Amino acid sequence: MTALRIEGVSKSYGSLDVLRDLELSVREGEFAAVIGPSGSGKSTLFNLVSGLDRPTGGRVLVEGEPAGVTSGKVAYMPQKDLLFPWRTVLDNTTLGLEAQGVRRKRARAQADALFAEFGLDGFQRAYPAQLSGGMRQRAALLRTVVLGRPVLLLDEPFGALDSLTRAEMQLWLAGMWRRHRWTVVLVTHDIREAVLLADTVHVLSPRPATVVDRIDVRLPHEERDVAAPEFTAVERRILDALRGATADATTGRTEVTAG
Amino acid sequence: MRSALRSLWPPLLVLAAVVAGWQLYVTVAGVDPTTLPSPARVVTQGWANRRDLWDQTLPTLEETLLGFALSFAAAWLIAVVLDFSAAARRGLYPLLVASQTIPVVAVAPLLIIWFGFGLLPKMLVVTLTTFFPLAANLAAGFAATDREAMRLLRSLGAGRWRAFRLVRVPSAMPYFFAGLRVSITYAVIGAVFAEYAGAEAGLGIYMQAQKSAFRTDLVFAAVAVTAGLSIALFGATHLLQRLVLPWQRVSGEEQR
Ligand SMILES: Nc1ncnc2c1ncn2[C@@H]1O[C@H](COP(=O)(O)OP(=O)(O)OP(=O)(O)O)[C@@H](O)[C@H]1O
Ligand SMILES: [Mg+2]
Repeated sequence: MTALRIEGVSKSYGSLDVLRDLELSVREGEFAAVIGPSGSGKSTLFNLVSGLDRPTGGRVLVEGEPAGVTSGKVAYMPQKDLLFPWRTVLDNTTLGLEAQGVRRKRARAQADALFAEFGLDGFQRAYPAQLSGGMRQRAALLRTVVLGRPVLLLDEPFGALDSLTRAEMQLWLAGMWRRHRWTVVLVTHDIREAVLLADTVHVLSPRPATVVDRIDVRLPHEERDVAAPEFTAVERRILDALRGATADATTGRTEVTAG
Repeated sequence: MRSALRSLWPPLLVLAAVVAGWQLYVTVAGVDPTTLPSPARVVTQGWANRRDLWDQTLPTLEETLLGFALSFAAAWLIAVVLDFSAAARRGLYPLLVASQTIPVVAVAPLLIIWFGFGLLPKMLVVTLTTFFPLAANLAAGFAATDREAMRLLRSLGAGRWRAFRLVRVPSAMPYFFAGLRVSITYAVIGAVFAEYAGAEAGLGIYMQAQKSAFRTDLVFAAVAVTAGLSIALFGATHLLQRLVLPWQRVSGEEQR
């Protein structure tokens, strides 16, 4: 079943065309990665899927219904972790539930049950300022996952981390996904991250962004080895797609960070 | 606590030096105590009249606290209205600013004429002098809320009120306390001033009476009590902030 279908979506801000005729669909239980140059409109795409913004043209369907903030089908983890300094870690992770009107006590019990799995046990009563970067991201992810919504949108969740922590977090997320088989759309700059985690990698062109290539990562999730030749071959294909898109772009010089 | 002590002793040292200089000057130059009493005299006479001073302090404190409570409620109401309505911001805010140019000196006697010598006109003077820093800071705090945080709340399905309660109110708290500290220092002065304009009891009327009786030492004693009250209230806001915003200590965001 199709969890997310983006049909010919365009988005402009005034005279700035950010997305043009973008097509993308994600099956239920699929891990999709969206990779594209900086400023190409990846976050904009997520704003459309979460219903925060409306597309200028085309349709965004989540489980067959038009996207909207009140439909409760999408959980969005924004690029900034946006943990609130005045809330304890536990109360930060209940924010989404409380925003939906769940009683605080129930929300706490629900979130608390996930702490061990997210490697945050013992930090329930700490404040975000006392957490490491990796823990902050896990807390933000917990806040997103605990909502139990059918589609997860993760906007560069590890973009701000140092490379060691990032590698660690990628492996952790891979393990979590294998266990839960969430429907995930992950935005990233990092080719390795995409190949390590995703079933499908959608490559975006520079602005105005459209999908220029769709690469199926046909490697078993259990044994993805970044040093294996099959792995690097997929990386190579994505890099070529990105380079091609950047070279073709009328906008000219656009930086591509291939992590 | 240690840091509180460390920040306390420099002003205390300066104060001690000033008082010592004053005492020395008065003793050496032999100044008439009705012109300028020595600190020692202020303390001994103040102590001798402590029952009187205390009796006058209570009404002043009552006016201050009630007036401030009114100010507090009005500030929240106005700040919330300003935050929710752009029309109110356009229509009301300039008037609020303009209200600050009205001299309280002129208004206080009028309030006495309208509302008599009782509690209400004093409360209103306190409210008038303390309301603006509270409301303005609170409104600024609401407005300074991270836009992305508001979008996050919206994407989570929160309505306007719930987003206000969950994000805007807590993120405005540091601003609110900044305003609270400014306005609480005006509160006691406001009450004393209102009593000057006409009252049956209170430190203001007491100062006036002692001045007329050439008891300059007791005027100074009353001033000292006023200052003590203001400082105590100021300290209370710090304690309150520690209680209400415990995360600031952990995050190292406490001001000074
Ligand atoms: N609300 C808005 N109003 C006007 N322009 C916007 C708005 N949101 C985004 N843009 C513009 O759209 C373009 C794409 O922004 P977006 O944040 O989607 O890029 P991105 O691919 O997520 O970039 P990055 O990789 O740096 O996160 C940028 O040029 C940005 O300035
Ligand atoms: Mg982005």
